[in-house]
Formats: sequence, C-alpha cells, structure tokens
Amino acid sequence: MSISNNQQLFLKKLKKERLIVFFTQVIIIIGFLFLWEFCASKKIINPFIFSSPSRIIKTLKTLFVDGSLLTHIFTTISEILIAFFLGISLGFILAVVLYEFPLLAKVVEPFLTMLNSLPKVALGPIIIIWAGANTKAIIVMALLINLIVSLLTIYNGFLGTDIIKINLLKSFGANKKVLLKYLVIPQAKRTIISSLKLNISMTLIGVIMGEFLVSKKGIGYLIIYGTQVFNLNIVMSGIVLLIILSFLIYGCVSFVEKQLLKSN
Amino acid sequence: MNKKLSIKNLGKSYYTKQGEIKAIDDLTLDIYEGEIISIVGTSGCGKSSLLGILANIEEKTKGSIEFQEKESTIGYMLQNDALFPWLTIYENAILGLKIKKKLTKENCNYVKELLKTYHLEEFANKYPNELSGGMKQRVALIRTLAIKPDLLLLDEPFSALDYQSRLAVSDDVFKIIKKSKITTIMVTHDIGEAVSLSNRVVVLSKRPCKIKNIYEISLSDDPIANRQTQEFNNYYNMIWRDLDVNIE
Repeated sequence: MSISNNQQLFLKKLKKERLIVFFTQVIIIIGFLFLWEFCASKKIINPFIFSSPSRIIKTLKTLFVDGSLLTHIFTTISEILIAFFLGISLGFILAVVLYEFPLLAKVVEPFLTMLNSLPKVALGPIIIIWAGANTKAIIVMALLINLIVSLLTIYNGFLGTDIIKINLLKSFGANKKVLLKYLVIPQAKRTIISSLKLNISMTLIGVIMGEFLVSKKGIGYLIIYGTQVFNLNIVMSGIVLLIILSFLIYGCVSFVEKQLLKSN
Repeated sequence: MNKKLSIKNLGKSYYTKQGEIKAIDDLTLDIYEGEIISIVGTSGCGKSSLLGILANIEEKTKGSIEFQEKESTIGYMLQNDALFPWLTIYENAILGLKIKKKLTKENCNYVKELLKTYHLEEFANKYPNELSGGMKQRVALIRTLAIKPDLLLLDEPFSALDYQSRLAVSDDVFKIIKKSKITTIMVTHDIGEAVSLSNRVVVLSKRPCKIKNIYEISLSDDPIANRQTQEFNNYYNMIWRDLDVNIE
C-alpha cells in the first residue's frame, strides 16, 4: 500500500511531537538534578536535610559494596510479587464464589464496603501482633489493601455479563460451570486485566507500608532506618530506589496488559 | 397437519416488591408441524416470556406445554446476534454444539457447509467486530441451525438491524426455514415482518396477555414480494387495528 504525501507528513509530525515530549522530559529531569546538586553544594539548601544527587549516588554505592543494597531490593520485590499474585488469585477465586452465591454476596457486601473504606494502616499494629513481626505481616498488610479492590473489580466485571448471552447459553442447556467457563470469565477478561494495574499500585502501597511498620530488610526499611538515624542520604536513596522500582514494575504490568489485550 | 406442541392454560407471573405482574394469563395455543407462526403484541405484553418458557430459560407459573416428541431440540435466536467478541466466527458458530457436547466431525462439516452457503467461509477465522450487522446475524443463525433444531424460536431476531439488512436477513431465514421445514415461533412487534413471513399470526392483547385474534395468512413464499400485495395491506391493517385498540 502506498502512503500519500499528507499521510507521511502526518506521521512525521507525530514522530516530531513524540521526540519533543521525550526530550523535554529528559531536560526536566537533568535540570532538576543539576539544580538540586547546585543548590546543595552552594549551601542554598541544607544538604544535611535535603541530601543531593551526588550524596545519593555515593550512599547507593556504599550500600551496594557492602552487599545490603541488593538484599533490600530483592526483599521488597519478592514481597511485592507474592502479595500481587496472592491478591489477584484470591480476588479472582472469591469473586467467582460471590458470583455463584448471590445470597452470600448480599450478606458480605456491607462488610466489604466497610473494610474497603477503612484506612488499612490502622490495622497495622494488630497485624504485627497476630502475624508476628516478620515478612508474613507485610504480606498480610499488602493483601488487606490489594485484595478487596481486586475482588470488587473482578466481581463487578462478572456482574456485567450480558443477560442475552446468558440466555443464549441456557437455551443450549448450559449449567453454571459451563456459563462461567464459556461466558462469565472470558467476558470479564478486560476487567480482570485492568485490575492487574490497580492491584500492583495497591500492592506497592501495602508492601512499603508493611515495611515501615515491621521489617529488617527492604526499601521501606531503608527509608525508616535512615529517618531514625537521621541520615537523609539513606532516606533519599530509598525513595529514589522506590521510584525506579515502581516505575519498572508498573511498566512491566502495563506491558503485560497490552500484550494480553492484543491477543483479543 | 400434525401437532408439534400444545400450550395449555399457560400463565406466567413476575413477582416484585411492588406486587405481582401477570405477564401471561391463561394462554392456550396449538403449534403445528412445519408452520411458521408469528406472535405480535404491544411491547412488554409478555411475548418474550412465552419464548423464554418454551426455551427452558424461564419457569412457567401455571399450565402445561406438551411436545409431541419426547426429544426436541430447540433453537433460540435472540434480540441481538449475541456473538462472543473473543471467539472467531467459526468458534461462535460451533458454540451450541460445543456446549451440547455434540462436536462431531460430521456436525463441524455441517457448520462449515453453512458458512459456505452464506458466503462467510472467508471470515471463519475473523472476529465478529470485523463483520457487518447483517453478516453477524447470519452467523447467529448458523449457530442456531448447527444444533439441528426441530423447533425454532425467534425473539425479534432482526430488531437490531437496519431496514436493508433486516429484509435481506429475514429473507435468508425464511428460505432456510421453508427448505428445512423447521417449525418456527417468531415473536415480533413488526406487523409487516409477521405478515410477510408467517402462515399464522397470533395477536396478543396487552398485559396480562391473552390471544386476541389468530389470522391465517395465505401469501406466497417470497416475503419481499409479499409486501407489495393488496392482501398484505389488508392483513396489516386488520392486525394494526387489533393492536391499536389495546393501546387506548
């Protein structure tokens, strides 16, 4: 197929626009880092409180050399992955149960709403007492935050099933299991996939919150530890790590989502 | 003509907080082998409930439905094509067979044959969103025919289509029904459709619906040509008057 001149111009314009946006973003980041470094070195801002890019890099290097950096990152990533997959699978299973038993759904609905609107961090101290001051408590914390959201999203996706399609399958003699397998779950695929993104954001919040409350390892621990010893270089390093990590993880989930949606 | 099924004193009520809604009250009707019978009535008069009950989707409140044969395969076509967007045209077409666990090689070939007949062969591996409304409706028809029904229930099956495709698709459906002599019950609010396609037209009163009139239609086997005739207009006017009285 030949592309007309105007079409080519249009594509060129699109490409140009993308480049402009990208370079502006890069310039903003570099400019910000430069300004930060400059202000800190000229003592315009107090480097003890605000740290600086060079100090952060130095801190990260030290942490890397003594081997604790990778441990912290690995700990946080594994907690995120465990909480994420547990949240998604439990959310999915519970959504199926609620869909299959409407009476049960009616019974638990107000409780779910209550739990959903409760600031979960309030439960932190209890979780530590019940689950112990360990990784389990962090996972439970993250699950509290991501599970209800995924459950409600997926459940509502199931409820949106087209009644005409349900009737069609029933006219073929479909039972509940067949309805779920052929219609209810496949038609909610888009909802389920988009709940992944929601879930990962919630998981990040939950894991870091959990690490704040109870941990000996992890990026959240790094931040809290830095605050306690009033070493803002460590705190800032932790935040920078977290920004990069969440950006990467979110990017991965977005990529997976796109691929899944592409295959219809 | 042989009886295909008898509907006796059928009643259907829906229960809501506000009270009982009687959709159908004491409906008695015989359906004959091979006929095309249309049921017309104002909207919400319980016509669709009747098909729902016949298709085993809804429970009846009272009365009985007796089929002459013990084993009867019912094909049900609904208001819209209800194709599954995540399945290909072919997968959609064999959906009924799959659920009924009748996915034999012979039946698959039959579906392929049907797709060929309706010029949908080259679309077999495409998805519904790539097809026009009329084509999708034909796929829905193939999905219904694939299970080889001996009773066809059509619930305003062309109402989602534009006028042109509507005439074309209903012409297709009519030809198939005529050729295979499948007993057909069609529910519609389109009097023209009912008169041009059917052997009999049953006019229902408004809720709770009762039979108001039954018209024997004697027109040709060409639904589009039927619409041009004087008799068509006569039937049309009579039925329209029947329905009009009920609107008030």
